[in-house]
Amino acid sequence: MAKYLLLKHYRGAPDPVNNVRMDQWTPQEISAHMQYMRDFAARLEETGEFVDAQALAPEGTFVRYDGEGRPPVTDGPFAETKDLIAGWMVIDVDSYERALELAGELSAAPGAGGRPIHEWLELRPFMTEPPTVTE
Amino acid sequence: MDEGLLRDLTPGVLAVLVRRGADFAAAEDAVQDALVEALRVWPADPPRDPKGWLVTVAWRRFLDAARADAARRRREDRVEEEPPPGPAPAVDDTLQLYFLCAHPSLTPSSAVALTLRAVGGLTTRQIAAAYLVPEATMAQRISRAKRTVSGVRFDRPGDVGTVLRVLYLVFNEGYSGDVDLAAEAIRLTRRLAAAIDHPEVAGLLALMLLHHARRASRTAPDGELVPLAEQDRSRWDTAAIAEGVAILQGALSRDRLGEFQAQAAIAALHADAPAAEETDWVQIVEWYDELVRLTGSPVVRLNRAVAVGEADGPRAGLAALAALEDTLPRHTAVAAYLHERDGDLATAAGLYAEAARRAPNLAERDHLTRQAARLNARLRG
Repeated sequence: MAKYLLLKHYRGAPDPVNNVRMDQWTPQEISAHMQYMRDFAARLEETGEFVDAQALAPEGTFVRYDGEGRPPVTDGPFAETKDLIAGWMVIDVDSYERALELAGELSAAPGAGGRPIHEWLELRPFMTEPPTVTE
Repeated sequence: MDEGLLRDLTPGVLAVLVRRGADFAAAEDAVQDALVEALRVWPADPPRDPKGWLVTVAWRRFLDAARADAARRRREDRVEEEPPPGPAPAVDDTLQLYFLCAHPSLTPSSAVALTLRAVGGLTTRQIAAAYLVPEATMAQRISRAKRTVSGVRFDRPGDVGTVLRVLYLVFNEGYSGDVDLAAEAIRLTRRLAAAIDHPEVAGLLALMLLHHARRASRTAPDGELVPLAEQDRSRWDTAAIAEGVAILQGALSRDRLGEFQAQAAIAALHADAPAAEETDWVQIVEWYDELVRLTGSPVVRLNRAVAVGEADGPRAGLAALAALEDTLPRHTAVAAYLHERDGDLATAAGLYAEAARRAPNLAERDHLTRQAARLNARLRG
């Protein structure tokens, strides 16, 4: 078994095929999109492959240590940030091929005109525990 | 209360229910209920006959569930009130459960989950925690697995090989949580070995014991990986090694070599060396040759290249490595090690850093990064 992160970007991924901003969709198209995502997650729960799904607010704050006894420094958000994560889904699957298949399915979520968005999702394997038998 | 003892009884109880005519999925649910009940009741009121107690409670639960089911479907004739006497318990009931839970129609992860629950007697929550997935996900995985094998007849022998692969997965790939999966794998393999006389089952048990014996020395207190050559051999579990070697010798004397026996033989040769320098690498290379013949696995060839590097020098190891695809996991790490042994520190440092970037787990990545840092510090003088 291997865990994978399916990363959805606000910015930073290549343009999708069906590239219309969400605020230009009809309300029904937005509902259909949300329903697709919920159904997808529910199906993964049933197959025993679902681990987690979360969405992130688009705007965040940069924080860093500023020395002993001083409060942390904050900065941002930066309008020019190239890579912005929108959310993720974590799956636990038997193979890389299965992870690809599921990512492809999620990318087919409907957008404008009810057609698949063909959105680019980033697939990242989790680090595992080291195996016991190595030689 | 000894939870291990309780779990040892699980497959036997399950087998009784199935033999009485309960379908596998329903029987398994009922046994789980009985185990939970036992955990609640036994500490204050331990039964004289634990297995009999479990059978009684599980059978009652099964009947209750079946009755509720029957009422729902208005089919009252599905289950007999009194269990038929049935044949005397067969020795290989447990064995049949192993076969069922590792059935080839299951994916590896499903087979692992079902084996841990139905044979191992672990709860869904424990299995979910051991594999870091939500309990609901693991529950679905297990119930799907049960549905998949529910049509499988319980009276036909299965393939020992599939069972061994599942147990090997439990031993080798898991997380270090509350449930000690390696110990659990050993427990299950030990019981399998008691149920069936098969040299590869013995081989796998020996392999597990020999690797488990080195466990305490494999990681430093801060979690750092300690390579075999640098392990404190005085911390190896000599009793486990002695047992593993004895089991392996018994298996090898049957003259039906298989991959687990060959792997165990390699582990035994490592265990046998009082110091890393005294390792019999020539013999280890010979065992790797056997393993290549048995499996043809590229990973085995990679490990063989390491052994060749020790037996015949790093140049020979690098030559063996050159014949292999460099996309293999750990290929770069092995190349780094052999170049270092060959005295080419600059190349080795670069390869260690590259190997660290490709490492599939944190412990290995950190170890490789430290190797690169160590060589870079030396190169800076």
